[in-house]
Amino acid sequence: MELLCPAGSLASLKAAVDAGADAVYIGFKDETNARHFAGLNFTERQLEKGIAYLRQHDCRLHVAINTFAHPDGMPRWQASVDKAVAIGADVLIIADLAVLDYCAKTYSDVEIHASVQASVTNAAAINFFVDNFNVKRVVLPRVLSIHQVRQLARVSPVEIEVFAYGSLCIMAEGRCYLSSYLTGESPNTAGACSPAKLVEYKETESGLETHLNGILIDKFSDDEKAGYPTLCKGRFDVGDERYHALEEPTSLNSMEMLPELMKMGISAIKIEGRQRSPAYVSQVTSSWRQAIDACKANPDNFKPSVETEQCLSNLSEGSQTTLGAYHKKWK
Amino acid sequence: MKYALGPILYYWSKQRVENFYQLVAQSDIDIVYLGETVCSKRRELKIQDWLKIAQMLLDAGKEVCLSTMALLETPSDLAMLKRYCDQKDFMVEANDLSAIQLLSEQGLSFAIGPAINCYNAQTVDLFISKGMKRWAMPVELSHDWLRKIISDPLLKDKRDNFEVEVFAYGNMPLAYLARCFTARSENRSKDECKLCCIAYPEGRIVNSQDKNQLFVINGIQTMSGLKYNLINDLKSMHGTVDVVRLSPQSEDTLNMLDNFKANESGLAPIPLGKNDECNGYWHKVEGMVQVES
Repeated sequence: MELLCPAGSLASLKAAVDAGADAVYIGFKDETNARHFAGLNFTERQLEKGIAYLRQHDCRLHVAINTFAHPDGMPRWQASVDKAVAIGADVLIIADLAVLDYCAKTYSDVEIHASVQASVTNAAAINFFVDNFNVKRVVLPRVLSIHQVRQLARVSPVEIEVFAYGSLCIMAEGRCYLSSYLTGESPNTAGACSPAKLVEYKETESGLETHLNGILIDKFSDDEKAGYPTLCKGRFDVGDERYHALEEPTSLNSMEMLPELMKMGISAIKIEGRQRSPAYVSQVTSSWRQAIDACKANPDNFKPSVETEQCLSNLSEGSQTTLGAYHKKWK
Repeated sequence: MKYALGPILYYWSKQRVENFYQLVAQSDIDIVYLGETVCSKRRELKIQDWLKIAQMLLDAGKEVCLSTMALLETPSDLAMLKRYCDQKDFMVEANDLSAIQLLSEQGLSFAIGPAINCYNAQTVDLFISKGMKRWAMPVELSHDWLRKIISDPLLKDKRDNFEVEVFAYGNMPLAYLARCFTARSENRSKDECKLCCIAYPEGRIVNSQDKNQLFVINGIQTMSGLKYNLINDLKSMHGTVDVVRLSPQSEDTLNMLDNFKANESGLAPIPLGKNDECNGYWHKVEGMVQVES
């Protein structure tokens, strides 16, 4: 089982490698990357250094080209594919069918994975990606229960990768336009959800308000910790109730399911968080490294240690974690 | 320009659905999409019931297309999809790549619904090669974006091989989710949902704390809080759009069809509702915004 960790910067890449990642995933500093944030990602020089570091430590490199090509932008998306191949990426993670098509036809030897943004949730959809683009692996969206993951793993002709830890996107990834509805920018069109440039914190008499493009997402009393106004994680009114109508600000943590994931033959588990700090990447990677090794050695008696659970919980959004959709009750 | 009625996105009783399509049969609509696209637990109508309505509409002179689910998670979801893809009497609208896989394996033509990610001419071209005859673009795309795709040299000689459709009226499906939000709003889990969607024929409104109508929750689907309405943009569609889609609402859908037809050349504009309608996406801005057409 591959431990695949986020590297939004050279420092995070090194942190992940040092903490025991088997592979890291990165994106370029442009719109072909769904984490196209200011101050994130790699310059050419940093990229060279990063790759050298990975090679020294026998660690694989995945490059995510996981947005959808604009109608006049195909040459830019193709250029990202060319560049990823040129720098020697071991894997390209791609979402757009046209980009997948280009990559599969131009570089038949390159290993391609269907990105989570490609929204593959069933066996027939997996076959679509295998038949048309010869993908070697699909990354499942975080909408499936553990039972559904098991069913898919049983019939999939290719490797399955799942998200194990990090921010929880509750929607079928690649199929959520909530952000463009409120802000004009979505993950698919702009590589951004609830973009920071449109976020505003307002101190009012009744508490701290968080706004996104002028829309009130949540309001916090003095004793509450204000969270980032990700639009699906605010408190809204439905009928007479005010609550987290879509989702609480929690993080996904599937560590207690590790033995099951291993047993069903999941090939890789992915840690979310290219936007997070090197210290975060280091702590999370090292917790998962230990867990995977312990689980491999003794799968029947594996249980995350109290320290590990505490550490992961402290690092997570709102200091809360959930099994998310993996646990059926959550749905 | 042709007009299409999208699939009913809400959960209505069988009686209500049948009554609705009786009216549709007598209307001026050209194309009707039928079927459950949101949640596999909604079984007021079985596949035979849908096929019966389809035949009735066909007899009334309508073109009928069977819409399929957007989010398929289980083997039984797939088995149901397969039943739709295996019938040969009506064209199928694919809302997930799985449907395209099943249909193209059999060499069948199909329509592509707005839930499929298709953002460029190369993807349109790929779908044409698989058998696509009609393409409804994702709701978040603008007129400008569409024009760029259509005018791409790649599609120049293929423009007669497929129709372009635009979602032009109704609350837009914006996201498909792991959990059922309607059940959650009644403090129930998805497994114990008791099919409560049926109590909300237009979904449930989600307001911000300062009373902005943000979203509508409809089972596992999150929709736009405001109704999308491109009635005053029809004139701009000539030359790019072949089919205008109206999404069934609990009331007045067919009146709206008449209004759309009356304003096809811009001669009978109707001001959008100040607080409940929007048209931003078409104009390349936030979807929720209302732009002067």
